[in-house]
Amino acid sequence: MELENRWLRETYVDELIRAAQKDERIVILEADLMKAAGTGRFREQFPERTFNVGIAEANMIGCAAGMSAMGKIPFTHTFTPFSTRRVCDQVTLSVAYAGLNVKIMGSDPGVTAELNGGTHMSMEDVAVMRNIPGMTIFEPTDSAQLRAAFPQITAHPGPVYIRLLRRAAVKLFEDGCEFTLGKGICMREGRDVTIAASGIMTAEAAEAARMLEEEGISAEILNIHTIKPLDEELIIKSVSKTGCIVTAENHSILNGLGSAVAECLSEKLPSPLRRVGVADHFGEVGSTEYLKEKYGLKAKDIAAAARSAIAAKQ
Amino acid sequence: MKDKSKYLRQQANEIRKQTIRAIGSLGVGHIGGCLSLAEVLAVLYFDKMKIDPQNPGMEDRDRFVLSKGHGGPALYSALALRGFFGLEWLETLNRPDTNLPSHCDRKRTPGVDMTTGSLGQGFSAAVGMALAARLDKKDLYIYTVIGDGETQEGQIWEGALLAGNRRLDNLIAFTDYNKMQLDDYIENENGLYPLEDKWRSFGWHVQTVDGHDVDAVSHAIDNSQKIKGRPSMIILDTIKGKGGCFCEGLLESHNMAVDEETWKKAVALLEEEVV
Repeated sequence: MELENRWLRETYVDELIRAAQKDERIVILEADLMKAAGTGRFREQFPERTFNVGIAEANMIGCAAGMSAMGKIPFTHTFTPFSTRRVCDQVTLSVAYAGLNVKIMGSDPGVTAELNGGTHMSMEDVAVMRNIPGMTIFEPTDSAQLRAAFPQITAHPGPVYIRLLRRAAVKLFEDGCEFTLGKGICMREGRDVTIAASGIMTAEAAEAARMLEEEGISAEILNIHTIKPLDEELIIKSVSKTGCIVTAENHSILNGLGSAVAECLSEKLPSPLRRVGVADHFGEVGSTEYLKEKYGLKAKDIAAAARSAIAAKQ
Repeated sequence: MKDKSKYLRQQANEIRKQTIRAIGSLGVGHIGGCLSLAEVLAVLYFDKMKIDPQNPGMEDRDRFVLSKGHGGPALYSALALRGFFGLEWLETLNRPDTNLPSHCDRKRTPGVDMTTGSLGQGFSAAVGMALAARLDKKDLYIYTVIGDGETQEGQIWEGALLAGNRRLDNLIAFTDYNKMQLDDYIENENGLYPLEDKWRSFGWHVQTVDGHDVDAVSHAIDNSQKIKGRPSMIILDTIKGKGGCFCEGLLESHNMAVDEETWKKAVALLEEEVV
């Protein structure tokens, strides 16, 4: 699988700068992780619109809410666990309940926190954000998708949680690709099983489809970049055809993409379902590849889950 | 000046009566921490703040964040008296589908600038508002009131540190220092003394005044507006439940049941009060 030649954070900062050039309402708030996000380039162009508030995440979210109440469009950043579970009450009340428009970027989702280890490895950030009414959860797959999504995120009138891989992504989409926030993408059509994947697991799902093809199994691949609101229409349409589904996410299998799909299908189209993801345990130090192998997040794990789901159809 | 003082005392008295009536007719509420706010609300809404009741969203208005969101009923009384909505709205306090919920909600109530209730959060929003106003070079003030119990929240001190470091002289904060919180006296539970020194050490200009003296509160705001390069904290020395014959100075006044006879008697006493 070929990695892009730039880290995804570079695209994020490119797009922030582009958006800020067009729209003076855009400001950024950081909590001492500008070097991690690479937002120094933004500060060079917009020093007065850059607010590094120090290591005080609750106050960062509160200040962003206040700025939104004054008409700004604030983008906040810290690592995923501190963008979600640490500030759950602030995001819930000062932002979402108050009807304010703050974009919350969390970097290093799940196992991609790598050597920062278990303390920084959020397996529950999507779960935390999913239960907040009005929250949109977006996890870009590669730079082309992030670039396509950015103007829609900026234009969206409510809060968006951007679950961002900082490092290089596997290239899966073409530049200029069509993209709609909230609408999943069918990347490959198939007959026997649907595989719905988000983030770094999308590339693993694509690889799993190639492995299954060699066995004569035809897998349909959906990229669910917007985990909330879930594109139920696409999932139901796909599973109506294939009869079973596997979800794949770099997150706990509890209350993330797998749960969202399970909730949808159990009500509307009960079907065999298998969830590939982190099986309700904490993270630890390790490279992304090491942890994917250890936690069962590889293409082979998705392929095995697909065979199991297909077998359950009979 | 004397006329203005009298006028503001009358408005504080009206805020008290309306608040006691609203909470009393409902039967229960955060009466104590509402009544300690009457003077500061009277001074802000009937003198200092640049606002327009006919245009609550006026862009360059001053903002007010009641970070101690449970004081909502007192703020609603001030807003109703100032003409943001009719006094009859106060009869809907905390009833189903009301626009006046127990804690402040910017989406529901005309004139409410920020949703509050989870303590510590409104203060951060006020700091953010002050940052945004300065970025846009707007000539306006952000006013906020925090509770003394609320001051125990870590988020207050995160915001205090930032506002001090950023020299936000468009931010004027008040502490409703009524010395009581829900369970106990502040100093018994988790004391704040010396409160002035704490704020000063965070880079704030600090004054302490009698929070029930409209002239003192007004004068302190005038002072704060002259201070450049520092945010202002005005510590209001107040009495919880002030002016409510059934609740003044009582620890139990934080959130108490009030029967009809009690609230009507309290309002009648305030009617007789010479201000």
